[in-house]
Amino acid sequence: MKASVSPVLEVKDLTKDFPIKKGLLGRTAGHVHAVDGISFSIGESETLGLVGESGCGKSTAGKLILKLIEPTAGEIRLSGQRIDGLGYETMRARRRTMQVVFQDPYSSLNPRMRARDIVAEPLRNFEALLESEIDTRVAELFENVGLRRDQLSRFPHEFSGGQRQRLVIARALAVRPKLIVCDEPVSALDVSVQAQVINLLIDLQREFGVAYLFIAHDLAVVEHISHRVAVMYLGRIVELAGKESLFAGPQHPYTEALLSAVPVPDPTIKPSRIILQGDVPSPIKPPSGCHFHTRCPYAFERCRVERPVMRETKPDHFAACHLRDGAAA
Amino acid sequence: MTVTASPPVEPASRVGEPDLPDILPPVKERRGITGFAYRYPAIAIGGAMLILLILMAIFAPLLGTTDPTTLAPSKRTRAPSAEYWFGSDMMGRDIYSRVIYGARVSLIVGFAVAILASLAGLVVGLVSGFVRWADSIIMRIMDGMMSIPPILLAVALMALTRGSVPNVIAAIAVAEFPRVARLVRSVVLTLREQPYVEAAVASGTRTPMIIARHILPNTIAPLTVQATYICASAMITESILSFIGAGTPPIIPSWGNIMADGRALWQVKPFIVFFPAIFLSITVLAVNLLGDGLRDAVDPRMAKRL
Repeated sequence: MKASVSPVLEVKDLTKDFPIKKGLLGRTAGHVHAVDGISFSIGESETLGLVGESGCGKSTAGKLILKLIEPTAGEIRLSGQRIDGLGYETMRARRRTMQVVFQDPYSSLNPRMRARDIVAEPLRNFEALLESEIDTRVAELFENVGLRRDQLSRFPHEFSGGQRQRLVIARALAVRPKLIVCDEPVSALDVSVQAQVINLLIDLQREFGVAYLFIAHDLAVVEHISHRVAVMYLGRIVELAGKESLFAGPQHPYTEALLSAVPVPDPTIKPSRIILQGDVPSPIKPPSGCHFHTRCPYAFERCRVERPVMRETKPDHFAACHLRDGAAA
Repeated sequence: MTVTASPPVEPASRVGEPDLPDILPPVKERRGITGFAYRYPAIAIGGAMLILLILMAIFAPLLGTTDPTTLAPSKRTRAPSAEYWFGSDMMGRDIYSRVIYGARVSLIVGFAVAILASLAGLVVGLVSGFVRWADSIIMRIMDGMMSIPPILLAVALMALTRGSVPNVIAAIAVAEFPRVARLVRSVVLTLREQPYVEAAVASGTRTPMIIARHILPNTIAPLTVQATYICASAMITESILSFIGAGTPPIIPSWGNIMADGRALWQVKPFIVFFPAIFLSITVLAVNLLGDGLRDAVDPRMAKRL
């Protein structure tokens, strides 16, 4: 993790347990450990890819950072200042530096609002502008994301999926945030459109210096856009490294298995897949020690007892695995 | 059926331009009022019936009626005739005039209750959907109110005051609004989870603005549908209240009152009860048709939710 002035986003031991209520009186019968103590940081103009399979807590992590849900424990710092525990109104004022792009461009736009008003909404929240100034800004944003001016007064249903996601990106960009949390921004789109939107995000990062927390399950997409990648499994980050280092030499068995599942567009290469046995355990009763030990081909006694901590196994390459204990030393 | 040897006409036309026969007739796009009536027959029929009834109530004095309260003791319980179109009751009052004027009470009560109950339910439902700690308290109170049959609750409330149209409206509205509150709350809870509402929160929109911009416009449709059902139910409740003497004072002609007057003579003079009952049925049918049509037009999936 680069020690710049102060990272745009810094997350420390972020935890979220959802209580499971049962019965008439709402007795708490247990907890879903959705996010279990994750830590990372994102620097200026940097993209951190957060990958993991469905239900591993990556979207919950995104919502926690956006403060759409309150964390159970841990710290979230936005440009060095803590935002966890802030009240609704104080948090509202800080939202200017952090915006969001959700997965489904169909449900993330109010069907009753015109494109212009959708993009203008954050502007109106934070800046006292005249209507004419808003018009200019919105038209600029439309140009930035590759939409036409004659589409300003259309309704969301008059746009295609890719165009809608451009609209969502324009809204996120409107107040010039330092960080945009992208929660699976392309997984609802066609592959050809995915590439356009990904490249748009990369272009916008170059132009405006915005940082992305890019949550996804598609490794190819993550490899293309990210500078660093964090791999999540059952609420924990198991590996965090620069893109090249991670894809060239994964240090955690789970990452290894994930990468082996990526299809290679070359028929002469015989795939050597690592097929994991069993299912992801329940986050209500996660396994002891290392969460991955139930499915890990290399698991040994220590994995069942002791939770592995993140260690720097290679320069700027962190993994939470007992196998790597002492490997770097 | 004989097989006629018709000359093959096909090749000549196929060589040049493909002259394809119209297998499907072109879809005729209907516009204007006919198009609307074609697409939403229930709204059109129910709405037309309701408009007729409203016009009838407004222009009651011009429809060949006499004063509905004039007594004519010498002409009691006359059968329908040229003088008394719907007959006369046991005090010699013209039933036709009473039924026409009675529409005013039913329609006013129906609409007023629908509006009042919708507004009260909207406010309570919004509070319940947004203020999490208040939700369980408010909803338990609403559940408690809903466990009492609306008519019983209305009768109990009427027992506290004297009979008048505003009091009837208030009593029925109180009995009906918990249903609206529950509906609005459920819609609010669904909408709050919508990504566009979360996106609005994340982009720093204040809560009152979120309600006004993102929540309210989307509650209007189900609320309107629910309001029509409440309107129909309120009309019936009003008639029942009048019928059992707990509603509108007997001096005011309302359908329930007329039926109450004719109750004792039902077996010998059925027309006294028949005409107000028919009008009540038609009015409730019209409102329910309109409601069903609106529901289908607004959202076909709503049928399951209500």
